[in-house]
Amino acid sequence: MSKLPPNYSVQTRTRASSISAIVALVLVVVAIALPAFASRSLIQDMFFILTMLVLAQFWNLLAGYGGLVSVGQQAFVGIGAYAMFGVVILLGFDPVASILIGGIAALVLAIPTAFFAFRLQGAYFAIGTWVIAEVVRLLVAQWKSVGGGTGTSLPRSATSDMWFTGTIETLFDVKSAAARDILAYWLAVVLAVATIAGIYWLLRTKRGLGLAAVRDNIEAAKSVGVDAVRMKWLVFLVSAFGTGLAGGLIYLQKARISPDAAFSLQDWTAYVIFIVVIGGIGTIEGPILGVLVFFILQSLLADYGSWYLMVLGLIGIAIMLFAPRGLWGLFSDRTGIELFPVRRRLTGGRLSATLPSSKEE
Amino acid sequence: MIWVDTILQGILLGGLYALFAAGLSLVFGIMRLVNLAHGDLIVLGAYLILLLVTLTGLSPFVAAAVAMPFMFALGYGLQKFMLNRVLGDDILPPLLVTFGLSVVLQNALLEGFSADSQRIQAGSLSTASIEIAGIGLGVMPLLTFGSALVVIIGLNQLFYRTSLGRAFRATSDDPTTASLMGIKPAGIFAKATGIAMIIVTIAALYLGMRSNFDPSIGPARLIYAFEAVIIGGLGSLWGTLAGGVIIGVAQTVGAAINPEWQILAGHVAFLVVLLLRPRGLFPRAVD
Repeated sequence: MSKLPPNYSVQTRTRASSISAIVALVLVVVAIALPAFASRSLIQDMFFILTMLVLAQFWNLLAGYGGLVSVGQQAFVGIGAYAMFGVVILLGFDPVASILIGGIAALVLAIPTAFFAFRLQGAYFAIGTWVIAEVVRLLVAQWKSVGGGTGTSLPRSATSDMWFTGTIETLFDVKSAAARDILAYWLAVVLAVATIAGIYWLLRTKRGLGLAAVRDNIEAAKSVGVDAVRMKWLVFLVSAFGTGLAGGLIYLQKARISPDAAFSLQDWTAYVIFIVVIGGIGTIEGPILGVLVFFILQSLLADYGSWYLMVLGLIGIAIMLFAPRGLWGLFSDRTGIELFPVRRRLTGGRLSATLPSSKEE
Repeated sequence: MIWVDTILQGILLGGLYALFAAGLSLVFGIMRLVNLAHGDLIVLGAYLILLLVTLTGLSPFVAAAVAMPFMFALGYGLQKFMLNRVLGDDILPPLLVTFGLSVVLQNALLEGFSADSQRIQAGSLSTASIEIAGIGLGVMPLLTFGSALVVIIGLNQLFYRTSLGRAFRATSDDPTTASLMGIKPAGIFAKATGIAMIIVTIAALYLGMRSNFDPSIGPARLIYAFEAVIIGGLGSLWGTLAGGVIIGVAQTVGAAINPEWQILAGHVAFLVVLLLRPRGLFPRAVD
């Protein structure tokens, strides 16, 4: 970059991204203040949306940027949740602090998982991760001190004097169950913002550029010195850690766990895949749009049970067949708007007079 | 003696898993497509046979023969109008489309047939057994294993003795060159998936007669099938049978030690093979 004349510069920022940064900041402030005026059911809905968004962002990082289509993310949700329950029940830790243990447990599980699954190529990797998730589910079901196959609840002693809930009770004048929802919601806001900011940051660094290169053409990327295997490990471990944190947080709010629920393929992987595919795979905006569409569909069709899932599946198939870049891709292609641009553009100097924007990545 | 019996039961169970896996192996071998809806298609086949048996009173074997052309047509159409559109270097679209199909099939079956467990009634055949050297073997497991052998021998004959098989192998090796020789890869792929669906129907027949089934059991069948294919080594049909047998023996031995370990033991056997021989026991395909 130093070889360019001084009036040239490489930047990723666009006008839309500057506006979206301001809007995002406002949204975060509103989100934090929300419990002051929103009903408890809205807080619970927002918690659901935010935690699904976190799961979707990490799956998108894996599949959309890392090219690793995992169908076994429920392993990390489940192990995160169970590690949280385990240290609360057996060691008497505070549930809020235990969420971090959940993330670490998922990270630890990710190492042997990657060791096995990376031996499988492409599509077989997908089912390999699924097998490992099944193995973990079956093993956890043998763990009698956290309820074995039937599951267990967080002990009342742990949930009643959880960190911060006392303050929230007095602050908003609510009962302890509602205070727990508000706490979980705030933690979800923090996790979602940290996830999006973290992934955006990662994609804009040199590593992120390497990651995009590996995704687009692994051989070409290797030839210019990108360590593809290291990239895969990085993405897999980061996603596992984040997914484990989300798992711990989700089950902090639920306060009740069972192996079948915590390791559910449908809840923690199938829904997440549809969110990302419908919204637009390989973009940060996609999962955000996808989770909103998913929530609206669920609210509209929740009474129709299996019809709802059928519609979701059909939409997913239709998107993959006719608009593989998802709803955000359709929008972005028409308007050129990117809220979280990661593409490096050459601006300034003579170039801006002849070529308004470079489409090179 | 009890161990010999357990292992024999496991080997015969492996025949069922090999039947689950043969269709998956065929489709992967020819077009490098992993169909995540494979298990749900087996369950769909079982419901189709059940429907025919209930409505017409046919014997399950005749009903399966009647179901075969329908399943072939389904596979042909699925490949021609849907899956061919997403085949390519990018593995993501076919995976996600078949994953969507799996969810759609499961829920359509749930809507059509409810979540109740069903079984295809096979009359006295389901309890019949014969005794060989003091060990009682079920006629049904023997029939399953025999069918798996017939399917694998049949597929090998098809691959190496017919012009369609030659076209399959040519397209598998290099679709572009094959199309220069007058082969249309799209049509070949559709026929291959159709044939895979015929094998799926046979697998569905035995699945439905041997145990209860409901709309949610498809994904677990896919996992067993997948494990058998990987253990055997990609592209080897006899390897797939060996893989099925290994999963079957691991499951029955695991269940004999502790009933809760049955499924787990099968998965662990798979992981051990993956650890020691990442490319499977009898690898053939280069990729």
